[in-house]
Parts: sequence; structure tokens; C-alpha cells
Amino acid sequence: MALLRKTMLTVIMGAFALIMLFPMIITFSNSFMAESEIDYNYHLIGKMVDVAAGEKNEFINLKLIPDWVSLDQYAEVLIHKPMFLHMFWNSVCIVLPIIIGQVAVAALAAFAFAKLKFWGREKLFIVYVMTMLMPFQVTLVPNYIIAGRLGLMNSSSAIILPGIFGAFGVFMLRQFMLHIPYAYLEAAKIDGAGPLRIFYSIMLPLIKPGMAALTVLLFVDHWNMVEQPLIFLEDAFKQPLSLYLSRINEGARGVAFAASVLYMTPMILLFLYAESYFIEGIQMSGIKG
Amino acid sequence: MNSFARHLRKEWLAAVLFLAPSMIGFSIFYLFPFATGLLYSVQDTTIDGSFVGLDNYQAVLSSGSFRKAASNTLLFTGVSVPLIIMLSLLFAHLLNKKLFIRGWLQTAFVMPLVVPAASIVMMWQILFDWNGTLNAWMQHLQAGRIDWMKSDGSILVLIMIYIWKNVGYNIILFLAGLQSIPKDYYETADIEGAGELHKWRHITWVYLTPTTVFVVLMSIIQSFKVFRETYLIAGDYPHDRIYMLQHYMNNMFLSLDVQKLTAAAALMVCAILLLVSAMLMLERRFRSYME
Repeated sequence: MALLRKTMLTVIMGAFALIMLFPMIITFSNSFMAESEIDYNYHLIGKMVDVAAGEKNEFINLKLIPDWVSLDQYAEVLIHKPMFLHMFWNSVCIVLPIIIGQVAVAALAAFAFAKLKFWGREKLFIVYVMTMLMPFQVTLVPNYIIAGRLGLMNSSSAIILPGIFGAFGVFMLRQFMLHIPYAYLEAAKIDGAGPLRIFYSIMLPLIKPGMAALTVLLFVDHWNMVEQPLIFLEDAFKQPLSLYLSRINEGARGVAFAASVLYMTPMILLFLYAESYFIEGIQMSGIKG
Repeated sequence: MNSFARHLRKEWLAAVLFLAPSMIGFSIFYLFPFATGLLYSVQDTTIDGSFVGLDNYQAVLSSGSFRKAASNTLLFTGVSVPLIIMLSLLFAHLLNKKLFIRGWLQTAFVMPLVVPAASIVMMWQILFDWNGTLNAWMQHLQAGRIDWMKSDGSILVLIMIYIWKNVGYNIILFLAGLQSIPKDYYETADIEGAGELHKWRHITWVYLTPTTVFVVLMSIIQSFKVFRETYLIAGDYPHDRIYMLQHYMNNMFLSLDVQKLTAAAALMVCAILLLVSAMLMLERRFRSYME
């Protein structure tokens, strides 16, 4: 009886899980379609069929499995469209500095917020958290003006620098550090270690899982950036992959699936590899300090 | 000076040093822009502007497109947040039961969170186009077609995408909340012969309240981020029903109307702050009630 219940529940949840995975599965399987087959199946996107005028009432032909398995799309994207790899590289060059910078800067600040006492600590922290909640558009104009003044317009630094100083890392690493008992630090203090020493040789090793979780979350967030590059990078040559894809959907539909797969694969692999860190990171940000 | 006071001063100095890199960048890229934005919202021009009081706010509040955007944002958040809370709570309960391949199922629910919006836009177009798969199914059921992205149905599409993307995040948080409730509470209730519903209301729901407050807050914030998907599918000027505050601000930016943009932004910030403080007050009241 219990076994039957368990099986039934698994089947129901499995069905929902399949719905969740459906867009990714279709994207993946359709990436092995030849361009001609893509065109045949999906040419109706965005077209108004006038049934009254005698046109046939047709629909897009969503196909799970291609008639012919072909690597055309991948060949086209990787070999004949140099822009794709270039923009892939642009994405990497924007995301990596943000992650490295934010983890380093945030670890230092989080240590002060979690373990050092100073006047105005709680209030300052609330200011950090508040900016985290604001939509990007709120500070759009002043950010634009500042980027102009610092000479950052149309350069990836206009995205990287604000990215490094984002408040999320400070918030999350502080939550992690709050769970480290003071006793660990006191022992080192009695031995005569200064704050920097305590931070470096005691705190940092203990919050490695926290930094891993932050890395994963930052990667996801910034790999997916759309609004910022749209505003700050006019030069298509400097734009990241997210914008390449938003353009490809209009023009070269034939390679969109393969491009999408190549774009999401790093994210999915990282997620599957570091899922426990990812989940721990989300849960930690939910625990009140 | 005694050693205690010296110690305190040393700690204060250390805090400044640890905070310095973050504070400098944070001030330049977040605090200063924010303050400047507020200043712009009460001036007539950005360069040597003179103080005009709340004129810009009045202009924004009486603008038709702002009202439309604000009411759409309110409608979207007001419908999709309660919906996602109910669904994620339900799924968290189910995932907390005895299941085969539970780890895999959980992975499937969380996966949409890491899939970049731009890589899945093509999929949404195929599903929700006039000639799309959803309409093909509806035709099959004799239900007739709907032009999803160009009718009031567009907000349903957005709600669906929002839930698909974010339900995993909430499930993780609720699962953690559920697993932190001590098992013996339920055992005691069992001995006293309490029914399932009674147990849920008086144990589960009570202990989930802090988690729920946080989930609601995060869900509201994520509901503002659905702009990215909307923008990728429908562009600068989508159907009236899904013209959100972010579209309004984006378009004010493109038409260089800084005054209206900053005033609208300030109004949005006020709304968010009100919401956050209300939620936190609710939680504090709950905590004192628990004690």
C-alpha cells in the first residue's frame, strides 16, 4: 500500500518535473534539426494567416524528434558565424571579473558586518540590503551619467565595476559568517592574532562553501544579463551572448536552437556540478541573522 | 587608556579597513546615483536645475502611461505572487514525502532558475504565437484561438513564465523550512489524536510563517525581474496589458525624459520600502507572539 502510494506520487511529481524541463528538452532536441527542417516547421512564427481569404489554417509544427539528426546548426554557429564565439568570449570576460571581484570585496565587508563591532553597523547593513531589492531601472539615469563621467561608456567596465560592488555578496557571506561561532575567533584573538590574520587564516577557510555558493549564484545572475549591456554597450562587437540571442531570434531562426543550447550549457553543467552549493546558497540567504 | 578601550578602537579601525573597498565602490555605483536620482526628481533639468518641488511627481502621476504601467505591475504582482506561494508550498509538501528519485525531481524543479532567459525565448514564441502550439491544442479542443501576446492573455503568459522560472527557488526555501520543524511535535499531536488539517494549521503553518514572509518578499522582488522575459519576447512596446513600470522607465530613458524617469523610480522605491517594512513588521509581531 505504502509502495503504491509512493509510486503514484512519484509519477505525478515526475509529470510536473517533465513540464518544468519541457522547454529545455525541446530546445536541445531541436538543435539537431537541419536548417531546412526548422524553416519548414517554424516558418509560421509571427505570421497572420488570413483564413477568410482562403489561406489554409495551419499551425507551427512543434517537433520533439527531428526527421534527420544533423549537426548543421552547430557547424553554422561555431564555424560560419565568428560573431557567436566572439560574443561568448565577451560574456566570459564580463562575468569572470565580476565574480572574482565581488567574492573578494564582499568577503572583506561581510567580515566587518558579521564579526566586528562598529557604530552604525546595523543601519549601514540595511542600506546595503535595500539597494539589493531595487530594480535596475531605478538608478538608470545617474548610473548612465556616472559611467559617462568616468569614461566608461561603451566599455565593459561600465558593467563590470557596478557588478563587483553589488550588495548581494555582502548580504550572503554575512549570513554564512553569522553561523561561525565567536569561540573560533576568540581563541585566535587570545593567541594575539589581529583582525586581518583572523580573517585570513580562520574565517576564509570556514566560509569556502559560502563563497562557492555565491560564485554559482553570481554566475547565473550575470551570465543572464540583458538590461545593462543593452544600455551601456552600443557597439555590437562588445556585447555579450545574451544580446546575440535576442537578435538571432528575429533573423537567423535556423541556428537559434543550437546557439541557445551552447549558451545555456555552461550554466546547466555548473548547476549540476555544484547543485548542493547552489541550494545551500539560496537557503542561507533565507535564514535570518 | 585602559586596554579595553584600546581594543575597541582597534576593532573600529579594523572595521573601517575591511569595509573600505566595498564602501567606496558601493557609494560610487549605488548610493551616489541613488541620491542624484532623488535630486533630479525634484528639479526641472539635470544641469543646474532649479527646485520645482513635486511638479515632476504630479506630471508622472497624471500621465496615462504611468498609471497603466503601475496598475499592470500591481495586477501582475498581486496575482502571480499569491499563486506562486500556493504552488511552491504544495510542491514542497509533496517533495517532502517519500518518493523515488526525489533528488532528480527536485533538480528538475530548480533547473529553470539557471536557464538564461534569452536562450528560451524561441520556445515561448513557438508556444504562444498566433499559429503556436498552444493555439493548435486549443483548436483541437474546439476552443478557438487566442492571440496570446497581443491580447489580455499576455499577462497569463507572463504569470506562467514567472512561475515556471521561480517556483524552484521557493520550493527550496519551503523545503528547508519544513525540514526544520521538529518531528516530535507531530508525534505528540498524533498521540493526542489531532487530524491532518489540524496538525497542518497549528504546527506546520505556524513554524513556516518566518519562511513564508521571506518567500513572499523574494517573490515580489522576482516579479519585477520578469521584465527581462517580457522585453525579450515583446520588445519596447508590448501589448497594453503587460506594459510594466520597467517599460515605462526604459522608454522615459530612451526619450531622455530624466525628470519623469527619476520621479517614477522614486515612487517605485517608496512602494517597495513600504512593502518591505510591512512584511518585516508582520514578522516581528509574529516572533513576539511566538515568545
